[in-house]
Amino acid sequence: MSDSQEDVRKRGVETTGHVWDGDLREYNNPLPRWWVWAFYGTVVFAVVYWFLYPAWPVGDTYTKGMVTQSYEKADGERVTVPWNSRAAFVHDMQSGPEARKQRVWLERASKASMAQLESEPQLLDFTMKIGRQLFGDNCAGCHGAGGQGVVGLYPSLSDDVTLWGGTLADIRDSIARGRHGFMPGFEGALDDTQLKDVAEFVLSLSGVQGGDAQAVQRGARIFRGTAGGCFYCHTSAGTGNPRMGAPNLADKVWAIADVSGAGRYGAKVAAVEKVVRGGVHRDMPAWNGRLSATEIKLLAVYVHELGVAR
Amino acid sequence: MTESPVQLYRARTAIHPRSVSGRFRNAKYAVLALAYGVFFLLPWLRWSRDVGPQQALLFDLPARRFYVFDLVVHPQEIFWLAGLLVIAALLLFFVTGVAGRVWCGYFCFQTLWTDVYMLIERLVQGEQPARIRLAKAPWGMAKLFKLALTHVLWLAVAFATGLTFTLYWADAPALVGHFFTGQAPFPAYATTLLLTVTTYVFAGLAREQVCTYMCPYARFQSVMFDRDTLIVSYDRARGEGANGRYKPDRELKERETRQAAGHGDCIDCGYCVQVCPTGVDIREGLQVECIHCALCVDACDGIMDTLGWPRGLVRYTSQNALEGRRTRLLKPKTLGYGVVLLIATALLIGSVAGHPDIDVSVRQTRNPLSVTLSSGEVQNRYTIKVDNTSGRPLRLRLVLDGLPGAHMTVLPSPELHLRPEARRALYVKVRLAPEPGQARRLKFRFRLQPQGRTSEPEPVSVPSQFYTR
Repeated sequence: MSDSQEDVRKRGVETTGHVWDGDLREYNNPLPRWWVWAFYGTVVFAVVYWFLYPAWPVGDTYTKGMVTQSYEKADGERVTVPWNSRAAFVHDMQSGPEARKQRVWLERASKASMAQLESEPQLLDFTMKIGRQLFGDNCAGCHGAGGQGVVGLYPSLSDDVTLWGGTLADIRDSIARGRHGFMPGFEGALDDTQLKDVAEFVLSLSGVQGGDAQAVQRGARIFRGTAGGCFYCHTSAGTGNPRMGAPNLADKVWAIADVSGAGRYGAKVAAVEKVVRGGVHRDMPAWNGRLSATEIKLLAVYVHELGVAR
Repeated sequence: MTESPVQLYRARTAIHPRSVSGRFRNAKYAVLALAYGVFFLLPWLRWSRDVGPQQALLFDLPARRFYVFDLVVHPQEIFWLAGLLVIAALLLFFVTGVAGRVWCGYFCFQTLWTDVYMLIERLVQGEQPARIRLAKAPWGMAKLFKLALTHVLWLAVAFATGLTFTLYWADAPALVGHFFTGQAPFPAYATTLLLTVTTYVFAGLAREQVCTYMCPYARFQSVMFDRDTLIVSYDRARGEGANGRYKPDRELKERETRQAAGHGDCIDCGYCVQVCPTGVDIREGLQVECIHCALCVDACDGIMDTLGWPRGLVRYTSQNALEGRRTRLLKPKTLGYGVVLLIATALLIGSVAGHPDIDVSVRQTRNPLSVTLSSGEVQNRYTIKVDNTSGRPLRLRLVLDGLPGAHMTVLPSPELHLRPEARRALYVKVRLAPEPGQARRLKFRFRLQPQGRTSEPEPVSVPSQFYTR
């Protein structure tokens, strides 16, 4: 660049022939031959590509290309469409070696009983892997990634307590049909003292110390009598009834009233009293239409292993 | 477009090395024979194993197992490969520091394959002058035939190389059968094609350009040189004398008369330049293109023998030795590389020799860490993966160590029957009654106790922890 024009002329480098300001010339250094041919190659490639694959927009549609892709739709129908990456992706997901392997195992799992899924090593490995994915996609939104739940909102699945029964069949039914948990609020039906008495009695059921013995006795009478009627669902021993989703109040797990999170005795009473006063209304949707029977089965075994299985 | 004086690009000038015989040439042929023997025959060596393929060396990628004689490498032991690479790098540093580009000159596959390609060239086209004549000759049937034959033979060697490389990754006899009947998997064809093309291009067409322009090792090896490093060098003082090298014409035939006239021992025959595979003139000193193959040493020694003068005008020496100083081999640098090399080797051997027969990994469920149960007990969950790498069937039982009062539930069962090479997961729940004043984190161990009689492996004990809240 810094060469004088004299140098340029002496060296005989080819110029474009343009001259500016009397002596400014422009070198003409051609592109390397291989580069030019590679460029022509890409041009030819592009033209061939236009005919084979979707390429040019035409009005509100586009040229579809000659290459096709077939895949299976969700209802099992086999369709062939002009190639597009989504169809290719669906096809790969259906026909890849891993997909085929998974299909064999799903077949095996659909024939096995839930007890077999839990006791046969290879089936259990498969169940836990698929179950983990299904749980993450469908359950973790409420119950948490590890099934830890949220006290008062969504039951924990990682402990050994179940509201609606803990057998494999119970869990499968809970997932398939959904659950509707309801406890009426007692505000108005019981006065403030009565509510507090009941709360103290409920705490005493699971051995929480610090209550006033008389209050506990008064609470017990409300709990077991027609005034409160709590025993209809929770039984007079407070051990609950899985057929109506009534929790066991005599164990150490507090799924609805945040007793474990409360500090002093007074706070614990307040936590229970709040539940008795306001009642509980919780819904779990049914997964019957959304997941296949096999998926629900795998999920039930996974959830069983999360907490209940001994 | 005329030539300009400053050219940043220079087209390759073809190199037609002359053949030479001598000590180093023989040593190089020996290395070549050994390397080719190992490379081409190793995949065919059978090996008896209870489980796995009957091939001595097999890198089975689909099954994720590397079979190296009696050693089976599993994916979790792939860091051995890193160790091997570290050792290779250190060995290269060490050897280069002491003896220069020994790797380049004798062992590098670029050098070995180029050597074979040059042999083929000589076999078909003749010795150097004939080859130069052929290159300059106008196109004709004879030239076409000779060149075509050369390239066909080159391609044959390249294909054999590519196919042999592919055989290391699958059962060799079966793969060869499938390969030629069109039933081999696509990667086998792709690998063979890639290796065939690169071998042909690098050893046949590119040759010394690979070493000069492409190879990173060539560049950083020259950085590891010092004045004590062994190099192939021309003894300028002896060769040039006071008045430079000179042809041995009638007056200057005897060494004594030459020395009296101030001429050195170099008779400027150019043999050292003609034999050089990279086309350098060793008499111009240490050059980055020089791969230290020592063929010029053989060439010059031969000339000196004919003249009856002492050998070693071109020889292995060091810059210090050339300048009359002592060559020091025991230096902190070489000692340091040597020590690190020994440590790395010992660590790798120790790791390979001491790896357990059962590979166990314990993963604790962290979400949630601990759960209070209806009984008031606290529960932690673990997933334990057990890999039977012992090569024989095992019966194991999972046991808790160092967590008194704890109960354990294991799905599918605490008893574990593992076929060789099988991998199982155990889903474990550990429960412990809380006690006042207990630490939040308790350390304990899971132990896999072999069940059965003799020749069982040692129990494997893996540390873990229990969170009480």
